[in-house]
Amino acid sequence: MSVPAGYYLILAAALFSIGAVGVLIRRSVIVMFMCVELMLNSVNLTLVTFARINASLDGQVLAFFVIVVAAAEVTVGLALIVNLFRLRASTDADQVGALRA
Amino acid sequence: MTPVLAQATEGGAAELWTFIIVGAVALGSAFGLILMRNAVHAALMLVLNFLAIAVLYAVLQAQFLAVIQLIVYAGAIVVLFLFVLMLLGVSREDSLTARVPGQKTMASVLGVLLFVSLAAATAGPFLGDASVCGSEEALTGTGDGVPCLGLAAVNAAEGNLRGLGFLLFTDYVWAFEVTAVLLVIAAIGAIVLGRRQEDPSELVEPGSTVLPARRGSGSAATEPGAGPTDADEGAATETSEATPPEGEERT
Repeated sequence: MSVPAGYYLILAAALFSIGAVGVLIRRSVIVMFMCVELMLNSVNLTLVTFARINASLDGQVLAFFVIVVAAAEVTVGLALIVNLFRLRASTDADQVGALRA
Repeated sequence: MTPVLAQATEGGAAELWTFIIVGAVALGSAFGLILMRNAVHAALMLVLNFLAIAVLYAVLQAQFLAVIQLIVYAGAIVVLFLFVLMLLGVSREDSLTARVPGQKTMASVLGVLLFVSLAAATAGPFLGDASVCGSEEALTGTGDGVPCLGLAAVNAAEGNLRGLGFLLFTDYVWAFEVTAVLLVIAAIGAIVLGRRQEDPSELVEPGSTVLPARRGSGSAATEPGAGPTDADEGAATETSEATPPEGEERT
């Protein structure tokens, strides 16, 4: 009566799929960005689970780097969203059809 | 090492119940994230999801990453999201109506396909009895499934934090240094992107009599060959010494 490691992988796959569906169906750029964060977290869960399966801490180091890169990505991405809002007065992804301002 | 929650519960029934409850919270908050109409509610669902994943990290014997998850994700990143949401205004409800017909149905079908393929690809070999970390079957290598070796021995030898730090500063020290550069680049990029786009006409130093509409004529007057008569005469001569600095860059 215990948890095989595959259950964590199934949970991570479910979270990744939910995040991908969220990116596809939401229209606000900010919520799409949150769904990307959810997908990054599910990948981290997979990495930590495989670190436990293989009895090695390397997967946890990789998850640590993913967290750091995600923090940097959020900083730049939110600055881009603020700039987009200044140009369009909206965060709707459908309104951004052209590259030029 | 003092036994912590994860080591005490390895392979026991407590891990199963923890997984069921926390996994349900994670799944429910993920669905809430993509279904909430209000973006602030979606951000709060994201916090709940991060907390659930932090608990799962602790159960998976990644104690350091559990704390880092709380501090960096739930503490910093979501606060940044909420800050931007408040800055841009939260009164508008996000419309969930799809612009492409059948978009939600297609996205859901694709999501289910993605889940099935991901779960089959990653979790397929790890569902047997031997994949229960810390169990008898895993230790002896009997039973079906790839055996889960477990991190209990590694963490008990020198501790999770000490082991991670040792790896980080020996094998992965180059990646660590590059990460530091990346953070600096991200900070500079956020500053550059977040700076207000100044209108050059507002950069005129205070006290000068130049109006923004005359900026073109003032810069034309400072060119060596251009006389004051080809621009509007009279006005160009008195604005020539008060030319804004960026007028020269624009010529």
